[in-house]
Amino acid sequence: MFSGFPLFPPQASTVAARVDALYFFLIAISTFFSILIATLLVVFVVRYRRRRDEDLPRPIHGSLALELTWTVIPLIIALGTFVWSADVFVSSRRVPPGAMQVYVVGKRWMWKTQHMTGQREINQLHVPIGVPVKLTMTSEDVIHSFYIPAFRTKQDVIPGRYTTIWFQATQTGTFHLFCAEYCGTKHSQMIGSIEVMEPSAFQSWLAGGATGSPAQEGEKLFQSLACITCHRADAQGRGPRLEGLFGRTVHLSGGQTIVADADYIRESILNPTAKVVEGYQPIMPTFQGLVSEEGIMQLIAYIQSLQAPGAEVVAPPGAGGIKLLPAGAPGAAASPAAGGAASPAPRTP
Amino acid sequence: MSTHTGGAPDAYGRPGLPPPPPDRPVTIAKERVNYLNVSYGVRSWLLTTDHKRIALLYLGAITVMFAIGGLFATVIRLELITPPGDMVQSETYNKLFTMHGVVMVFFFLIPSIPAVLGNFLLPIMVGARDLAFPRINLLSWYIYMIGAAFTMYAMIAGGVDTGWTFYVPYSTHYSNTHVVATGLGIFITGFSSILTGLNFIVTVHKMRAPGLTWSRLPLFVWSHYATSLIMILGTPVIAVTVLMVALERGLHLGIFDPALGGDPVLFQHLFWFYSHPAVYIMILPAMGVISEIVQGMSRKQVFGYSFIAVSSLAIAMLGFLVWGHHMFVAGQSTYAGLVFSGISYMVAIPSAVKVFNWTATLYKGSVSLDTPMLYAAGFIGLFTIGGLTGLFLAALGLDVHVHDTYFVVAHFHYIMVGGAIMGYLGGLHYWWPKISGTTYPEGWGRVAAIIIFVGFNLTFFPQFILGYLGMPRRYHYYPPEFQVLHVMSSAGASILAVGYLLPLVYFTWSMRYGKPATANPWDARGLEWEIASPPPTENFLVQPVVTDATYAYGAEEEAKIV
Repeated sequence: MFSGFPLFPPQASTVAARVDALYFFLIAISTFFSILIATLLVVFVVRYRRRRDEDLPRPIHGSLALELTWTVIPLIIALGTFVWSADVFVSSRRVPPGAMQVYVVGKRWMWKTQHMTGQREINQLHVPIGVPVKLTMTSEDVIHSFYIPAFRTKQDVIPGRYTTIWFQATQTGTFHLFCAEYCGTKHSQMIGSIEVMEPSAFQSWLAGGATGSPAQEGEKLFQSLACITCHRADAQGRGPRLEGLFGRTVHLSGGQTIVADADYIRESILNPTAKVVEGYQPIMPTFQGLVSEEGIMQLIAYIQSLQAPGAEVVAPPGAGGIKLLPAGAPGAAASPAAGGAASPAPRTP
Repeated sequence: MSTHTGGAPDAYGRPGLPPPPPDRPVTIAKERVNYLNVSYGVRSWLLTTDHKRIALLYLGAITVMFAIGGLFATVIRLELITPPGDMVQSETYNKLFTMHGVVMVFFFLIPSIPAVLGNFLLPIMVGARDLAFPRINLLSWYIYMIGAAFTMYAMIAGGVDTGWTFYVPYSTHYSNTHVVATGLGIFITGFSSILTGLNFIVTVHKMRAPGLTWSRLPLFVWSHYATSLIMILGTPVIAVTVLMVALERGLHLGIFDPALGGDPVLFQHLFWFYSHPAVYIMILPAMGVISEIVQGMSRKQVFGYSFIAVSSLAIAMLGFLVWGHHMFVAGQSTYAGLVFSGISYMVAIPSAVKVFNWTATLYKGSVSLDTPMLYAAGFIGLFTIGGLTGLFLAALGLDVHVHDTYFVVAHFHYIMVGGAIMGYLGGLHYWWPKISGTTYPEGWGRVAAIIIFVGFNLTFFPQFILGYLGMPRRYHYYPPEFQVLHVMSSAGASILAVGYLLPLVYFTWSMRYGKPATANPWDARGLEWEIASPPPTENFLVQPVVTDATYAYGAEEEAKIV
């Protein structure tokens, strides 16, 4: 597919057909109006061309009926297109449950991807056909954009936050991966390929070349960065427990609440005092510069893997229910990972 | 439109100019005194406060800028003939498209019609001797030149490679090129835009001739009024935005840098809050030009005058509420995307209304096929395609695919080149007899208009297909399957270049050898056609009084309401 003179891109995802339908509808509308205007122009110019230099036509001021017609009809078409395109957009944003997770880090000028089973790839991404795949993406430097034309999908990849995208491939083969947001000198070489495979072939591909899964790597980091000294599973640490945290609503000091998603955890690691869990002191130091973007993703994967042991009931933390050290300076802590922020209050007895 | 002025028709058929002042009876017999020959020398031009001379100063400056921007585009199109980047380095390529964008947007398109044709015609069309603030008008040209000098310095010193959009954090932390000097150039030039807008608004409010009510204003004036509102309200935002980029670059303030708690997407909001309305700064004046050409070349009152006038204001207002449609995949929330998409569809309606009204104006007219009409017809056709492809981009689900591809490049070139530049060239031809007092060669004019139309379509239509195939914009290297379409585009660009050179040649030629123009060569209506070509410095020797509706061709009692 990398040669010849194509006029239309391969249609290789569930969304692609819906986007193309919208495209052909708009082409039909555009063709109709372009031909209408062009025909009227040519007919009027020829039919009413100036025959004698002193011709002076009768004035025509306008017509309210015509004005209303050519206001209302385009308005209806515009609103219809808006609703249709919004529907395609919203459903293309809603990630189906059980989607396969992949982490993506954009960096000038390469794409680094990592599967939950541990495989890492550069400028390539292997995915199985027929399975929804969700990418959680961030950038190490400037804004990039992850673009797969054959899937009709694209999302900017932004430093300092996570963006997500999902797709479900419907065709095996090799497809272009482009960086679509200008990112500097070798922007046009920040390209790669998406390899869509049959599920069985994907499974055997997965079997080779795996290092530790992101969660396993994250656990190692959790220990080596000494997070574990404060964020203890027994709720005796200076920081909140992380078991069962992911996806739960967290009460912050100051009364707000927030859902503990990837962005929240990332922020809590890099800027711990931004959002402090109710009942805890802001004693956690920042890990900015100590851990890479991929490391943060691995930590998130690890935290996501921590299940709360039999603790579905969420009770508001009691006023005195948290045993904290006196508000000592973070420097007083033995490890750099003095806890404090980043997680909900312990909710289990 | 008629005026009450004293005296008999003069040698050029102008109605009603009084006899020449007694102190210059001898020269006037040979050569009438006009704004061009009233004084000579560099000083008389550089210190002039005559809006017509300032318009020509702008004409010279933006023609140079257009040539520079076009030169960059030429190298880009040559490079893209082959898939690998084999002609220039990637660094150079990135600087070329950046400087092409910066020069064309900020130093050519934004000032083009308002500063040249608007400056020349707006005071005449409202029956005034000059703009409200003639010295501020001259100041705005100097400010433009200073801004241009900064940007030129940046280019000569090594260029800038951020794209004309200056997205952070690339522009603040990663680019090693002359971002600050270029940004300062844009910052400074913005003030020239603000001053021009201010001057136009005050002139339209305070200096209309007796009898020239708002409902009798030419549509060119209405569109410039709407444009001026955008200039005044929008330009300060781009000024503070580039200033913030410069401060962040120099002082690491952390407004946009996520590592310091800033937000890179905030920059895009600020940037597009100006730069989307700026698109209307570029196209609204062209729409005004087309309204004038269509009525003048068909000798008909513009169909639906008030709808065209109101649609200009509607575009100016709605245009401020759609900036987020540049950011559907930029990390903006889904709901924000829905709102911006909805309003973007609203802003399409007044543009559609204009296209239908222009077309209807030709109905039962007396349509001349002279050069300005060819440009007007070209504008209507290309703007229709440009506007309709805007619907593709406003469509959320579809924009996800085509955003940041050649589809966008093709779309905005249809609006900016097919629209704004066709309007600008059409207007230059239409008013050239008035501006220069000479006649351009009509045959060459038509040939150039057709060459530009053909070359334009060959250049930019293939880019729609490229974009839907997934070719991202700003790519130096590209996959080989896109080559055929790129070669077509480059071939079209070479035709387009010839088309643009021709008017430069024959306009220059006509200044020296062209036949003298009459006061009203098209037999059109409007105050500018009731004074001599070229006009005297004071425009009107006697205060005109307007007694008729705009574009009153034929007897009013013959008027037909369909």
